[in-house]
Amino acid sequence: MRHAKWMRDIHLGIENLLLHKLRSFLTMLGVVFGVGSVVAMLSVGEGASKEALEQIRKVGSNNIIINSVKSVEEETSTTAQVRMSLYGLTYKDHQRIDESFETIKQTVPVKLIREQGRLGERSLELRLVGTTPVWFDLVKRPLSAGRILIPSDVENKAAVAVLTEFGARRLLATRNTIGQNLRIGGINFEIIGIVQSEGGKAADIQLPDQEVDAYIPMDVARFYFGDTSMKQTSGSFELKRVELDQVIVEVDKMEDVEATAKGIETMLGRFHNKKDYVMSVPLALLRQAEATKRTFNIVLGSIACISLLVGGIGIMNIMLASVTERTREIGIRRAIGAKRKQIITQFLIETVVLSTIGGVVGLGLGVFIPLLITFIAGMPTVITPVSIILPLFISVGIGIVFGLYPAARAADVDPIVALRHE
Amino acid sequence: MNHSGSSNNGIIILDQAVKTYVMGAQDVKALNGVNVSFKRGSFWAIMGPSGSGKSTMMNILGCLDRLTGGRYMLEEQDVGTLDDDALSEFRLRHLGFIFQSFNLIPQLTVQRNIELPLYYLGWDAQRSAERARELAHSVGLGDRLNHRPTELSGGQMQRVAVARALANDPQILLADEPTGNLDTATGDQILELLVALNQQGKTIIMVTHEDHIAQFAKSRLHMRDGVIERMEGETDAAR
Repeated sequence: MRHAKWMRDIHLGIENLLLHKLRSFLTMLGVVFGVGSVVAMLSVGEGASKEALEQIRKVGSNNIIINSVKSVEEETSTTAQVRMSLYGLTYKDHQRIDESFETIKQTVPVKLIREQGRLGERSLELRLVGTTPVWFDLVKRPLSAGRILIPSDVENKAAVAVLTEFGARRLLATRNTIGQNLRIGGINFEIIGIVQSEGGKAADIQLPDQEVDAYIPMDVARFYFGDTSMKQTSGSFELKRVELDQVIVEVDKMEDVEATAKGIETMLGRFHNKKDYVMSVPLALLRQAEATKRTFNIVLGSIACISLLVGGIGIMNIMLASVTERTREIGIRRAIGAKRKQIITQFLIETVVLSTIGGVVGLGLGVFIPLLITFIAGMPTVITPVSIILPLFISVGIGIVFGLYPAARAADVDPIVALRHE
Repeated sequence: MNHSGSSNNGIIILDQAVKTYVMGAQDVKALNGVNVSFKRGSFWAIMGPSGSGKSTMMNILGCLDRLTGGRYMLEEQDVGTLDDDALSEFRLRHLGFIFQSFNLIPQLTVQRNIELPLYYLGWDAQRSAERARELAHSVGLGDRLNHRPTELSGGQMQRVAVARALANDPQILLADEPTGNLDTATGDQILELLVALNQQGKTIIMVTHEDHIAQFAKSRLHMRDGVIERMEGETDAAR
């Protein structure tokens, strides 16, 4: 019964709004654009940060990645033809890091090798990673076929290779290729497995397995390919001696990550007189990304709120005009016996119906715009349940807040004056 | 109650009724000590020149305004003690209004206009619709239920207004110059309608300034300068 009464009140409110279709529509537009911009901005903000966060998580939030880099002033011996550079992390560094911190769960050394590789008829330059089985623990990727490196491979100095999907695609390898030999720099490596790989960048961190073709045991890599690589560029040679290209550290507990990173930094600083390494802490970036996201949401939210405010004021303005216009009607209703609160309810319902319909239409707009943004600009956008429900509540709230004053004005109409009103 | 015997059965009793308006620096006494008692089932015409206080009297009787002095008893209830909501409720249950300018709500159909008091009484849609149809038939507008007031003639609009005033089945009808916007023939039809309603037992108070119209009432009350000047007709209920 009570329910039916409300339905009737709402129905009457809609009927009244339909009497002035254009006016109601124009009044609604403010809320439509307000809610639309809230939804759209939330989804763009959410999309941007979600992409960054996901990439960072892929690198591992408990990990610390240290990369060797060529520092600017490190070119040691320079002759006209031969340039020699020597930099980066050493085996000793890795050992020290591995042994010095209790907070560290495990570490993995990474050696990058570029060598000509051949599988069957296909021959191309490969990017190889010499590493230990721990790698697969830290850079978790699903196994597609075969197996990953195991400790016995290291112990036996087995010439085995695990392809990434990226490498498999380049070499035209399939699961049937497992067991065949991949020739790398004249040495035969048995292909033992294929793991999936990830591409793309995470904020400023390169994913460790980006554009890597295959993994081989660290000691095998060192034994066959050494630490020195040579590059020939237009008549001059460039010799480069780097022991380890990367060390990935996994910290046991997330809360220790930043302190450990600092400790490693201090320790490395003591043994390197040049800054020939770079540390990336995904967790710090994650924190930063989350803070950025919050700021972003607050800024976008405030802008959207202003447009909602403008929409609300628009509604209030029209409702005030409507109250004036309907003074006589209000007087009649009051004379017949309508209580003040019934007049308030009547006008409030009209405002809330207006703002809610505006909210729903705005929601449609707000869902459509991000799709357009994704389509045109290629930016990722995410519609979360919050970004749908919140604006709906807000639009109902706007109807109530901005409807109360006009409704109170309506209830204050003096029937005696109103009935003489023309 | 220390009223005389005849006033005890009055449905409307004004006792030393005073209504003062503040107009700039000076106070204007629109009612200046009115004592009157209207019996249940009476039909009064309140007459007087403009400024005599008859409109103020109507607003007071209609519970739209409050006295600044004296007492107004309606259906044995002291109206002065009621708050705004209670006054609304009182109008809703006991009073029916008929205005000179009809005062129908233009965007509502005839049916919706008639249903208005029932809406505030909380009747459901179906019962309200039946009652509205019944009332429209009784005032001869059964075929106009879905018309809007603007599509009706003046006489028809006033019939709708009468039907609306009757919707809540009030004991008292208050008519403020009900024929003021109608030609004589149409006006007379409305007045005949009021006479018929009075014969059915409704108490009717009508404000008019025309003698011809006042003749339809059983009693006439003349006002001047906020006081009752004289009464004629069946005046035994008044004191």
